[in-house]
Amino acid sequence: MTQREAGPARMMSTLGIAGFCSGLALVGVYLITQPRIARNQAEALEAAIFRVLPGARSREALVFQRGELVPVQAGAADASGGEAVYAGYDEAGRRIGFAIPAEGPGFQDTIELIYGYDPARRRIVGMQVLESRETPGLGDKIIKDQDFVSSFSDLGVTPEVVVVRRGRSRDNEVDAISGATISSNAVVKIINDSNARWLERLPAAETEPER
Amino acid sequence: MSTPAQTYEELAKGIWRENPVFVQLLGLCPALAVTNSAINGLAMGAATAFVLLGSSLLVSSLRNLIPKQVRITSFIIVIATFVTVADLSLQALAPAVHKELGAFVALIVVNCVILGRQEAFARHSVGAALADAAGMSLGFGLALLSVGTIREVLGSGSLFGVDLFGPHFEPWVVMVLPPGGFITLGLMLAVFAHLRARRERARKGAAGTLEERRVA
Repeated sequence: MTQREAGPARMMSTLGIAGFCSGLALVGVYLITQPRIARNQAEALEAAIFRVLPGARSREALVFQRGELVPVQAGAADASGGEAVYAGYDEAGRRIGFAIPAEGPGFQDTIELIYGYDPARRRIVGMQVLESRETPGLGDKIIKDQDFVSSFSDLGVTPEVVVVRRGRSRDNEVDAISGATISSNAVVKIINDSNARWLERLPAAETEPER
Repeated sequence: MSTPAQTYEELAKGIWRENPVFVQLLGLCPALAVTNSAINGLAMGAATAFVLLGSSLLVSSLRNLIPKQVRITSFIIVIATFVTVADLSLQALAPAVHKELGAFVALIVVNCVILGRQEAFARHSVGAALADAAGMSLGFGLALLSVGTIREVLGSGSLFGVDLFGPHFEPWVVMVLPPGGFITLGLMLAVFAHLRARRERARKGAAGTLEERRVA
C-alpha cells in the first residue's frame, strides 16, 4: 500500500481497472463453464426422464401448440417455456408414456419434479424431484424416503391423487411421510395440478411416433 | 523475506491457536448453515479455501498498486470475482455439491474471514500472505468438517453418506436442523475455550497469574 495520498484520478483508475479485469475474468470463466453447466442440466433431466419412465430407451420432446402435441424442432432448446413434455419409446419404438415436468410451491421454495405417466393405463409410473429446498432431515424425505418415492411407481390418477395419513387402501392414495406432511402434500398437489392441465392433451392410444 | 520458521508459524496459527471459527468466531454463518453433513462442510471449506488463497495471492502481489482509500472496495472486487469463479466451476464440475450448498457459495463473498485476512495481511509479502491464507483455510475447513461430521453422525446416522449404525439407530433429526448447528458449535466452542484456558494456566504456572488473562 502506498504511503502517499492518492488523488481521485488514481483511485478511480484503480477501481476501473480492477472492475475491468474482473469483468474479463468472469466473462471468460462463464464462457468456459456454460456449455458444461448446460450439459449437466440436460443430463440430469435426461436421466430423470428415463428413471420415471421405466423401460424407455429413447425419448422425444413435445410441446402443446394449437390443440395438439408437436415435436420440438431440432436445435430449439428443450423444455422451452416449461410447457414441454417428453414422450418415451421402448426398443421397438412403441410409446410407453410421457414424462411430465411440473413445479409448484413446497414448504420453503419451489419444488420442481418430473413424473412418468402411462396414458393407456391412466397411471403414474414414476416420479423424481429435480429441485427442492425442503427442510433437511424432514421435508427432503420426498427425495430420500424410498417408500414415498416408490409409491409413485404405480399410482392411479382418477379422480385425483390423494394423500392419506397411514395405510393406503385405494390405488390413487399415497402415504404421507411422517414429519413431512406439508412437503408430501405439496408433491401430490403439484402432480394433480399438472394432471388437470396435461391429461386431456395426451393421446391415450398408440399413434405413429411423430418424427 | 520471512524465514521458513516464520512461514510455518503463519501457517500453523490458523489451524489451532487462531482458528477462524473456534477462536476468532468468524464465518459462523456458513459454519452453522451448511454443516448438516460432513461432505457439505468439506465442500464449503474447499470453496472458501480457493477464494481465500486466490484473493490473498492477488491482493498481496498488488499491495503496492492499490491506494489505501479504495483498498476495501478493491478487495471486494477481487473476492467477488473469485467467488463467482468458484460458483460457476462448482456448477460445471460438481453439480450435486453445488445443489447442496445452494446460495451459500455466493455468500462466501461476505465471509468476514476472507476480508479480515486481506486487511490483516495486505502489507505482508506474497509468501507470508499465502501461508496465512493456507493456515486459515485449513482451520476453517477443519472446523466445518468437524461440525459437519458430528451433526451427520448423530443426525443421520451416517458419515460421508455411509450408513454407520444400521436400521435400529433412530437419528436425532434435530442435529441436522438449524438448532443442531447451534448446539454442536456451542459445545465445540466450550471445549476449545476450556482447552485454551487449561493451556494458559499450565503456561503461566504460578497461581497468582491465573486470572490475568480471562478466557471467555
